[in-house]
Amino acid sequence: MIKELLIILISSSLVSNVVLSQFLGLCPFLGVSKKTETAAGMGTAVIFVITLASAVAGVIYRYILVPFDLTYLQTIVFILVIAALVQFVEMFLKKFMKSLYQALGVYLPLITTNCAVLGVALTNVQKNYGILTGIVNGFATAVGFTISIVILAGIREKMEYNDIPESFKGMPIVLITAGLMAIAFCGFSGLL
Amino acid sequence: MKQNSILERLKNGILSENPTFVLMLGMCPTLAVTTSAVNGLGMGLTTMVVLAMSNMFISLLRNVIPDKVRIPAFIVVIASFVTVVELLLKAYIPFLYDALGLYIPLIVVNCIILGRAESYASKNGVVSSLFDGIGMGLGFTMALTIIGAVRELLGAGEIFGYAIMPESYVPCSIFVLAPGAFFVLAALTAIQNKIKIAGEKKGKDMSKIGSGCSEDCMNCGDKGCSKRFYGASDEAKADVKETVKEKVEEVKEKLEETFEKAEDTADEFLDKVENKVDEVKDKVEDKIDEIEDAVEDKVEEIKEKIEEKVDEIKEKEDEKND
Repeated sequence: MIKELLIILISSSLVSNVVLSQFLGLCPFLGVSKKTETAAGMGTAVIFVITLASAVAGVIYRYILVPFDLTYLQTIVFILVIAALVQFVEMFLKKFMKSLYQALGVYLPLITTNCAVLGVALTNVQKNYGILTGIVNGFATAVGFTISIVILAGIREKMEYNDIPESFKGMPIVLITAGLMAIAFCGFSGLL
Repeated sequence: MKQNSILERLKNGILSENPTFVLMLGMCPTLAVTTSAVNGLGMGLTTMVVLAMSNMFISLLRNVIPDKVRIPAFIVVIASFVTVVELLLKAYIPFLYDALGLYIPLIVVNCIILGRAESYASKNGVVSSLFDGIGMGLGFTMALTIIGAVRELLGAGEIFGYAIMPESYVPCSIFVLAPGAFFVLAALTAIQNKIKIAGEKKGKDMSKIGSGCSEDCMNCGDKGCSKRFYGASDEAKADVKETVKEKVEEVKEKLEETFEKAEDTADEFLDKVENKVDEVKDKVEDKIDEIEDAVEDKVEEIKEKIEEKVDEIKEKEDEKND
């Protein structure tokens, strides 16, 4: 059991990295990676939301959709649950955990638009993960996202002062960086 | 060409506002499924069906859906069509279903679909919305097929499974793998940048050429990416702006009032202090006068007493002398 969870932890965070090999959550990956601090903030918020969302989606799938034979509704149900969840988390943090809200608040609405959240919920169903395994998978995926976005932000900070050809300024050079990172992450496939 | 006519909508979607090459929306599926031309074509057509149907339905429902819950309502419509299309693919084109996998349900979160629903279908008639969807979908399909073909050609030497390159060509398989997607997209955005810069030098309006969500996620709202679920419409935004203005004015007035009050209180206080000081001064002066009087009285008394004593002594001396 523990071995299985460890394997999921490594494979979801490093080997099949959510951004660099599955292309989920590209918007925040490219958009919020200008500074390491904001990237880390975004990463934390993503870890928080994805872990929570995969738990909630797992419970709903296992105890509502499967017993009533409604599994074909999973896409609709998941997207609505995630949207409501993020909204709810935002309100809860605003009311009861002021400091955490100040740290993560800006990123929360952006996360709903993050296809990684829905992607993880659907992957958990597709791979027939149980609730605990699903939560671990969600957490690992989000950690993978955080690792890659923080690394990218670090590189972009260094790149700020480099002499880049005019047409490659802005997005193109960031995409090339991401491509090189993807090559590097391909190396992790030897881990398992 | 007439605005909102069928042809104009198709041309708009395929050329002037091509979702991938011009607006740069929906990059996740663009990168993920374009490993071959067939996959790109399949994904594009699937998205087109969802886009056309959801555009049509949202346009039909545009007067029924309340403004406040319109985004969740759009999402439900879109998600329903995605589910329908997913089931159809599973039943009739299983190889495509297997190839696209997770990315079919993820069409729900594709920026293009919600963006069109929000910016076009919710404001325009049924027929033009349907053709807007078809035009955008065709543009997306075209872009995905082209990118898929390029990647397949470089990565496997084939297009649609037919060998194109001479046999001596060694396929550069990284282009079919994940990193290749980033490189192809980087080249694409670089070309786009080049065109944009050249166009701006000639003084053309190039503001339409976006870079998707790439510049700043916070500004994506205008194109339908961020604020996707609880986003405010332009009217609501204007409302918010006005409310904010009003609030600011209110606060200003209150602050001014408070300042005036504070000044008044300070003046009053100063007056009081001055009065008190005067009072105390008066009292002190009075006291001093009193004391002086008393001292003088005392002195007089003592003088009289001394004189009396002196007189007494003198009388006594006189008596003695007598």
